[in-house]
Amino acid sequence: MPVPILKQRDYLIASIQAALTDEDLRRLRDGLVAQVGEFRSRGVIVDVTALDVMDSFAARTLRDLAHMTRLRGAETVIVGIQPEVAFAMTQLGLQLEGVAVALDLEEGLAYLDRRARRGPSAGAMPRGRQP
Amino acid sequence: MDRTRSPVSDVLRAATEEILVSITADLDIVEARQRGRGLALQLGYSPMDATLIATAISELARNIVLYAGRGTVALRAVSQDGRRGIRIVACDEGPGIADPALAASGGYSTSGGLGLGLSGVRRLMDEFHVASMRDRGTTVTVTRWKR
Repeated sequence: MPVPILKQRDYLIASIQAALTDEDLRRLRDGLVAQVGEFRSRGVIVDVTALDVMDSFAARTLRDLAHMTRLRGAETVIVGIQPEVAFAMTQLGLQLEGVAVALDLEEGLAYLDRRARRGPSAGAMPRGRQP
Repeated sequence: MDRTRSPVSDVLRAATEEILVSITADLDIVEARQRGRGLALQLGYSPMDATLIATAISELARNIVLYAGRGTVALRAVSQDGRRGIRIVACDEGPGIADPALAASGGYSTSGGLGLGLSGVRRLMDEFHVASMRDRGTTVTVTRWKR
């Protein structure tokens, strides 16, 4: 089941609607990495509220997605990890190292907005500004 | 009290029929874990525990797809020494695991995963057993008892 990707301002928002197969997850990762370029997006939100299970494959794919979009200039935030899923991830020893997470869509958007105001933390300064 | 005659065990007996899910593609991984969650909830596990069980099934089923290509995941309610639980048997006729103990000890992966497959499953479940023979296949049996 493909994941719809919405464009809002400078951000892409992918809301997982149901359980995903490994192939769906790979397609989501590759689709977002491509669309960051197509829409010149600065941020990506992946809403996993409806994800039934976050196993090692899902965690790895989301982590790769976040790192790949960062290399393309967009920050990814994973939102909506449910309490049961967080518990299972902890027991399984899964961490989303180096990946931003937020409670829900609203917090995810707020995180990206704060980040955009601060400017990039590393690399080139925004155009038109002197260090 | 004769436990085997109690109404509780009548209910259990109805639920002890084995659910067998054939695993050949990644869609079957989703099917297996959803059936497992359903059985766990039916047996009265909390949503937290049902998610743990579904996660373990997902890892076991994925190992089958990754390493053996095909196999089965069997789910059933079990009862032992007055405890009730859920048992999962993941079985394949793939290449086998060269060193099952090492694979279960963590930090070991040949598929480029996080290396948490089997060792992670062991952490999620109460009982864990791997039987593997080179070129003959692997059977992983895990049980989680109800709290």
